[in-house]
Amino acid sequence: MDAMPPRRFDLLAWARTQLFSGPLNIALTLLGLWLLWLTVPPLIDWALLKAQFVGSSREDCGGEGACWVFVRVHLPQFLYGFYPEEQRWRVNLGVLLLALFALPLAWRRLRENVWVWVGLLVVYPLLAWWLFHGGLGLPEVETSRWGGLFLTLVVAGASMSAALPLGILLALGRRSSLPAVKAVCTVFIEFWRGVPHITVLFMASVMLPLFLPAGVDLDKLLRALIGVAVFAGAYMAEVIRGGLQGVPAGQLEAAKALGLSYWQQMRLVVLPQALRLVIPGIVNVFIALFKDTSLVLIIGLFDLLGMVQAAVTNPQWLGYAVEGYVFAALVFWLFCYGMSVLSRRLERRLNVGRHVPEDLA
Amino acid sequence: MAALDPIGPPRRASSWRSPRLRAWLLQAALLAAVLGAVALMFGNALDNLARQGIASGFGFLSQPAGFGIETTLIEYSETSSYGRAFLVGLLNTLLVSAIGIVLATVLGFVIGVARLSPNALIRGWAYAYVELIRNVPLLLQIFFWYFAVLRPLPGPREAISLFDVAFLSNRGLQLPKPLPEDGFGWLVAALALGVVAALLVARWRRDGAGRRWPWTLAALLLPPAAVVLAVGWPLAWSVPELSRFNFHGGMTLTPEFVALVLALSLYTASFIAEIVRAGLQSVRRGQREAALALALPPRLVLRKVVLPQAMRVIVPPLTNQYLNLTKNSSLAAAIAYPDLVSVFAGTVLNQTGQAVEVISITMAVYLAISLAIAALMAWYNRRQALVER
Repeated sequence: MDAMPPRRFDLLAWARTQLFSGPLNIALTLLGLWLLWLTVPPLIDWALLKAQFVGSSREDCGGEGACWVFVRVHLPQFLYGFYPEEQRWRVNLGVLLLALFALPLAWRRLRENVWVWVGLLVVYPLLAWWLFHGGLGLPEVETSRWGGLFLTLVVAGASMSAALPLGILLALGRRSSLPAVKAVCTVFIEFWRGVPHITVLFMASVMLPLFLPAGVDLDKLLRALIGVAVFAGAYMAEVIRGGLQGVPAGQLEAAKALGLSYWQQMRLVVLPQALRLVIPGIVNVFIALFKDTSLVLIIGLFDLLGMVQAAVTNPQWLGYAVEGYVFAALVFWLFCYGMSVLSRRLERRLNVGRHVPEDLA
Repeated sequence: MAALDPIGPPRRASSWRSPRLRAWLLQAALLAAVLGAVALMFGNALDNLARQGIASGFGFLSQPAGFGIETTLIEYSETSSYGRAFLVGLLNTLLVSAIGIVLATVLGFVIGVARLSPNALIRGWAYAYVELIRNVPLLLQIFFWYFAVLRPLPGPREAISLFDVAFLSNRGLQLPKPLPEDGFGWLVAALALGVVAALLVARWRRDGAGRRWPWTLAALLLPPAAVVLAVGWPLAWSVPELSRFNFHGGMTLTPEFVALVLALSLYTASFIAEIVRAGLQSVRRGQREAALALALPPRLVLRKVVLPQAMRVIVPPLTNQYLNLTKNSSLAAAIAYPDLVSVFAGTVLNQTGQAVEVISITMAVYLAISLAIAALMAWYNRRQALVER
């Protein structure tokens, strides 16, 4: 690649081959331009030029453009839900702490340090729970008042960190040579993959309380988390199983020959290779999971979409549904697209030195 | 071979360190734990239900439901049973899924091919579509189409007219309705005969020289044409017309139905597009070049060389998407389209309180669909698998 002389980008040549190489191609170009002309100018007009940005009530809106005042007024609700206003610093501090705990991962040396991971996956969740929920000196904020983007991130974060270990265990179980372990894991995985996520959440919200002894009452949020984590774990298991199948059999045989125990074989030899193979798949599950957190609104939790939905059906602000949904879509899109870009970069970096030329692949 | 295996298990029977004994113990413990947990949950459920005075068993299915459903494919009224309501919901789920699958497949293939277009603008459009649609939650898209697009539409009097035969208003989409007349059955039969004849002709002409399609087309069209000549055109249309307050004639697709089908097919199409693109790209360039070198016309290169190989890659994930679409159609509950989850796991559950039975039945239905499709897939894979030497 480096040996090639730098070539100047030739716009005319590019346009000739890409846009005007034949009658059909010219027709397609015209179609593309027509679509652009149909969509982009009205969109810019609506979202920027004719839009209303400042104000505090719906009287400030009224033109043909978008009413971003609607989003501006509701922004605290979209971000924090019904979290008490004077306590919101705790949510902000929690986000800051997460960044702080995740910071060491930026250095490759620290990434292999076990204490960094213990801090992120054990200490931080406990700390965050205390910070968000309260008790021990902080005023208590019940989970029913959590909402907005904050709740979306809590559900997504908690179920992602539960789904990965659960998925690894289930995948190993499904490939186990012990028939009972294999059967239990296979049935578990296929069951949760076969039913719609809504029914899983319904089950967690109406059936789970029936299964618990009388008097034991699980928090609604916790029930939803259990539901989301279980189906995310099942999907994750299938992705990881794909990775396990991609590890050459010789690796496992060599690990056995070294006298490693089963868990040592998996932890030191098989899993590092398997997980590396399926990073795109894992991120895809994370993205799907992030989008699926919006389903919790169906069982009565107010995540970002739930708060937006509450705002657009608010009689005082009728008629601004498009603005609300566009805002929610933008937030979800940024997170999901960001994750997919990150995964592509990670994949490239982990493949350094083992790149297969495209013609051979 | 076993005797030569250098890493076989050490045979020290009757020691607790024996791998075989430990494997048995581990499995017994796991099974005991699973069965114990299930038994405990079951016992608790019976306890709780008894305390809340909720009946158990499936007797409720034959009791009258007492609520109406707007969209039904079969006869249903408030006096019908819960079992009938279940059937209505199931059929509505299947209807939405079937239509969604057809639309998503067509759109997905078009966009997937456009992703590989030689034209940069078209490529860009396809890329923008895929990245925009698949990174936004489906539920949000359903809400968008329902609450932001379809519900704020003007009433029937100011309905948006599409060539004066279809109308879009806040009551939904009004479409012309086909009215079969005498002899329609004959036309359907003749059409079926034509298809069979066309297949036979195509097979018969396969090895012959010369053009095949005129013969096939003739075989396909002759029988229906004969029927139409004999009994006249046996199909009338009922076109919706605006009377004072509402439409009469034609058929109505409710806004819930339109929003759900739109969102499901647009969303799934973005995934299908990526599958189609990956499938087409998986066919090595040499295959195409070889086909061209053999002087196959470009039209046949795609049909005879590229597509059959691409389909082998495309079909398994494609069926997975069909399955996803069917499961995702359960989001209908959020906008009250009466699908299986909305009618059965929603209304019926609330009325009877029999959560265990209702959710079990609902899950069993989806599980049955999933397993059926998975079995079909396994069969297809076995048939299509490359036979390697």
